[in-house]
Amino acid sequence: MFKWLEKNLPKIVMAPAVGLIGWFVYGFVLWTLYISFTNSKILPKYELWGFGQYEKLWASRKWLIAVDNLLIFTALFLIFCVVIGIILAIFLDQKIRAEGLLRTIYLYPMALSFIVTGTAWKWILNPTLGIQKMFRDWGFENFTFDWLVDREMAIYTIVIAGVWQSAGFVMALFLAGLRSVEDEIVKAAKIDGASLFTVYWKILLPMMRPVFFTSFVILVHISIKSYDLIVALTQGGPGISTTMPALYMTQTAFHKSQVGLSAASAMMMFMAVAAVIIPYLYSELRRENAR
Amino acid sequence: MQDSLKSSSYQQLEQKSKYTNIFLRWFLYFILILFASYFIFPLYVMVVTSLKTMEEIRQGTLLSWPSGLNLESWAVAWGGRGYGAGDTFLRPYFWNSIKMVVPAVFFSTFIGAMTGYVLTKWRFKGDQWVFLFLLFGCFIPFQAILLPMARTLGVLGISNSVVGLVLVHTVYGIPFTTLFFRNYYISVPTELVKAARIDGAGFFKIFFKILLPISAPIIVVTVIWQFTQIWNDFLFGSTFSFGEAAPIQVALNNMVLSSTSVKEYNVDMASAIIAGIPTLIVYVLAGKYFIRGLTSGAVKG
Repeated sequence: MFKWLEKNLPKIVMAPAVGLIGWFVYGFVLWTLYISFTNSKILPKYELWGFGQYEKLWASRKWLIAVDNLLIFTALFLIFCVVIGIILAIFLDQKIRAEGLLRTIYLYPMALSFIVTGTAWKWILNPTLGIQKMFRDWGFENFTFDWLVDREMAIYTIVIAGVWQSAGFVMALFLAGLRSVEDEIVKAAKIDGASLFTVYWKILLPMMRPVFFTSFVILVHISIKSYDLIVALTQGGPGISTTMPALYMTQTAFHKSQVGLSAASAMMMFMAVAAVIIPYLYSELRRENAR
Repeated sequence: MQDSLKSSSYQQLEQKSKYTNIFLRWFLYFILILFASYFIFPLYVMVVTSLKTMEEIRQGTLLSWPSGLNLESWAVAWGGRGYGAGDTFLRPYFWNSIKMVVPAVFFSTFIGAMTGYVLTKWRFKGDQWVFLFLLFGCFIPFQAILLPMARTLGVLGISNSVVGLVLVHTVYGIPFTTLFFRNYYISVPTELVKAARIDGAGFFKIFFKILLPISAPIIVVTVIWQFTQIWNDFLFGSTFSFGEAAPIQVALNNMVLSSTSVKEYNVDMASAIIAGIPTLIVYVLAGKYFIRGLTSGAVKG
């Protein structure tokens, strides 16, 4: 008995982690999947109902708006975060004075919650007392910046706040990537007469392909899950114009009490994340094994 | 003669490239500082707004300097106005968050350390798959587990309580903490462990005598990561708790939304700073470790 215990101790120590994740992650995802095939309203029902919830979901105008917003947000969020992140990383890589301070400033939003920063942006972007008033007081009488209350434009305020929060993070990833490149490569290229621009554009950035890939995965992941920022900034409004899938899911479940429909939307989100993450994990694992 | 001509034109060229260099340098700093002001702008606005009276806010602009060090809105945000019903303030929720964060960080870090230790130093057949199994937990959108979790917490009788949130945060922290410790321990030479095993040291002795003493950096990284994530969480807090058991982010959001009469932006901003200050302090004091966690395991928003 004691012998057995000693031999299996490592596995016993690991059991809680595996058990908890097995139940609370995999078990729960399957549970949600099951609910999505039932006609559950406030309380779960367990008779199967087929794909009815998914049909309802894709016929819902609000869900379509949410998906639309997600696509707009993801595209802009990705582009701006990556471009700003790369510019900052390359510029910081030029033996800058006070680099540490600047880095700290670029990255501090990552330490704050989206509720905190969303509250700040909501105040800054509000038309009556925020930026719009600031410019008008400065003498630009006709300056208008009311995106926050404009159905068409409100989604872009979420992009502004989202990029502000996450661009520094991409900067950190790229800076770490650039610093890991051997100095010799850069020196050799410079001796061959390559300008600094050429060195970055032709040599260093192409070497950063894994960093691009990682940033892409992480940013898409953040955008699919975005919830807090929208709650803090617009609550999905004006109207339902800034609804996103994560907000749709919780509203449908906890305000509208349509549990089955909400489970279906959760599964759509799950599949979207899986489509991005599984190839990523696969390639990461291959890279690690190749080492 | 020719020689000197050559050298002078060369000098000219060098001079010219020196000027372009200086110009480029200035341009570089200009862009960097421009972005720095973009990043610092909201924080600046938050701080000055929290120090103004509402009268000043209406008269001045976002950037204008407060007339004095007016801490009244901070007092209101933290401790309320002192009348009974309907007076929401952050103090009780701040303590809720502390009560939630401390145990959740401790448990998830401990479990992650143990799991990472087994996965690297007591390897077994298929351990790669176990790691992948745990790792995938970092990425799931939590919407896919909210409904079963709400039900489970109800069945266990810990919905709408700090205990329930501790459980939730511990469980969903495990994939990250395991990832951190596993990646750290994998670079510790296995020979050390093997030698200790030959000397008769057991499972726990090896962990506490050999690995734990060299784990300080990764413990710091993990604790900071978990602390930041759990303190800043809103989804779980808002779904599984309300009223008195709510953590601070939920309370902040309720406060900002629940203005019935006149919107008090100074109080809102003071509240936001109070809710953000613990993680901000940790970031300023231990930014290096924060960034390390971010770049090695950052997958969450």
